[in-house]
Amino acid sequence: MELFITRYMKLQDHRVSLNGIVEHASEAESVDALFRSLYRYYHIDYPKFSKMDNLCKLAFLSAEILLQGTDVIQKYPAEQIGIILENASSSLDYDQKHQESIRDRNQYFPSPSVFVYTIPNIMVAEIAIRHKVKGENTVFISEQFDPELIDHYVSELFRNQRVSCCLAGWIECYGDHYQSFLFVIEQEDNIKRFEGLQEYVILNPLNMEKLYKGKSI
Amino acid sequence: MGRNGSQLMVDVFVGASNTITSLGFSTAEHVKQIKANQIGISIYPGGNLSPTPVPLSLVDNRQLLDLFREYLYKTKPDLQLDFFTRSEMLHILSIADVLKSSEINVKDPRTLIILSTLKGNMDLIGGDICVPAIELDRVYLWKWGEFLGSFFNSSNKPIVVSNACISGVLAILIGSRLIKAGRYDHVIVAGGDILTEFAVSGFQSFQSLSPKPCKPFDAARDGLSLGEGCGTIILSRHHSLCGIPEKIVVAGGSCTNDAHHISGPLRTGESFYVAIRRALREASLDPRDIDYISAHGTGTDYYDETEAKALSWAGLERVPTNSFKGYFGHTLGAAGIIESALAIASMRNREIFRSAGFENPGTSQQINILTDHAVKEVNHCLKTASGFGGCNAAAVFKKI
Repeated sequence: MELFITRYMKLQDHRVSLNGIVEHASEAESVDALFRSLYRYYHIDYPKFSKMDNLCKLAFLSAEILLQGTDVIQKYPAEQIGIILENASSSLDYDQKHQESIRDRNQYFPSPSVFVYTIPNIMVAEIAIRHKVKGENTVFISEQFDPELIDHYVSELFRNQRVSCCLAGWIECYGDHYQSFLFVIEQEDNIKRFEGLQEYVILNPLNMEKLYKGKSI
Repeated sequence: MGRNGSQLMVDVFVGASNTITSLGFSTAEHVKQIKANQIGISIYPGGNLSPTPVPLSLVDNRQLLDLFREYLYKTKPDLQLDFFTRSEMLHILSIADVLKSSEINVKDPRTLIILSTLKGNMDLIGGDICVPAIELDRVYLWKWGEFLGSFFNSSNKPIVVSNACISGVLAILIGSRLIKAGRYDHVIVAGGDILTEFAVSGFQSFQSLSPKPCKPFDAARDGLSLGEGCGTIILSRHHSLCGIPEKIVVAGGSCTNDAHHISGPLRTGESFYVAIRRALREASLDPRDIDYISAHGTGTDYYDETEAKALSWAGLERVPTNSFKGYFGHTLGAAGIIESALAIASMRNREIFRSAGFENPGTSQQINILTDHAVKEVNHCLKTASGFGGCNAAAVFKKI
């Protein structure tokens, strides 16, 4: 049973690409401004967005860009869709913020709305809530995008029917540095059943690495 | 091994374990202390960890330093004590203990270390520590993992899992799945969290800490107690190398998400129930086959209520159940590993333990919480967990 990357997006250097084609470039001057501008550009209406930390905003926007206007994951039962993400900095962006808020004992007001973002899997939750995804979910922390780990683990999830569809990728955000690469993985028989097999990318570490680096397959 | 290969026949055995909390530095010490009804949670009077008094379960610092100094002297006498953070000392001692009691070779390319944590070197966040020997970039969890892996000369870089309070149970499932898929023969699952003001203040801001030691599933429960801890457990496809005579396997497991709220559970317990049902199904067991449940049971109102609903929904309301958190608090990234290690000790020793802090039923769905220690043959054990981000996990351990 072959697995395919049926849809993928990248957001880095203020450029958004979908399935390898750049569809938007932003002139925004900061990460905050970029995320706000993408929210508007994609006509997203989701009031909770403004409350999110930047890591969750990046994850949320990446999933919107990847899935907007498609029913690619809604074809599957919510419990059969997985989310497997990796990043390098975990939630350090907000960890620092929380730590700073408690450093001065006279200004000791830790905020629950900051603390909740000090675990990286909140980004999984934000995607799960928005897109009704209820299956296997994991955040791995690795120095760099690790396509082999995704290949090994996601293949196991499919092989044992733990998932029928999986969102996977790399969502990294710390200070001014951000990068996302998110994709949908589906299996051969489902793709054939739903739409006929097109020229999709076979899931393997080499192909993931190529898409991540923007090279052709 | 290819994607299409048949790996259904591989059993993943659980082996030697180590647990470190306020109750001691080994699994055997924990069993002894729990049998004697020792509670490791005590009132922290206020200080670096919290401006006001709060119940905490803390690892004895002097004992930690003594044990680590002794270990270092025996194994790597050229290294200085101040080269290591508190979290690294805990993990090194914990992993070293299981390596000593099993035949697993950590340098074998077929051996993987999986680490489970929320914050790793929590005390390096914010750059407050000024010890020149400690590189501040060990605040990155991958770097912390790499440091631990290279200490043991592991041939594979450790995999780091950070998925809130299900991290420990999930790490066991990931290890078991990677072995079944033929990727590795042995996995050392280790994990833990220390406590600093970072975590204590955060849980305080959520008003989720009880003013008294926590009382999981009790009518008067009013919050959790935080605990420091570290745990390690061996998984292997070769029982003979595991370091324990009993044959106990990871028979099934599942992880789900509520898709409901970032910091509170879906109170119907539905997604939690789905995780349990799937774990039982993978283990080919009916609810009536389960002999004992080691529950997540944090002591907070909503999470215990949700877990009771999920267990009851799964038809497990009569199964003897405990939460270990009444003894040493919620040990965050270590919880799933420590509590699984103790549940497996119960399977091995044929004794299950009372759920400390529990007196009166306090959930809308009544479940069978243990009020006394009991002698019991446990052939099938369920371990559950849930956490922030709406995540739930369940694992089934089975004697074969």
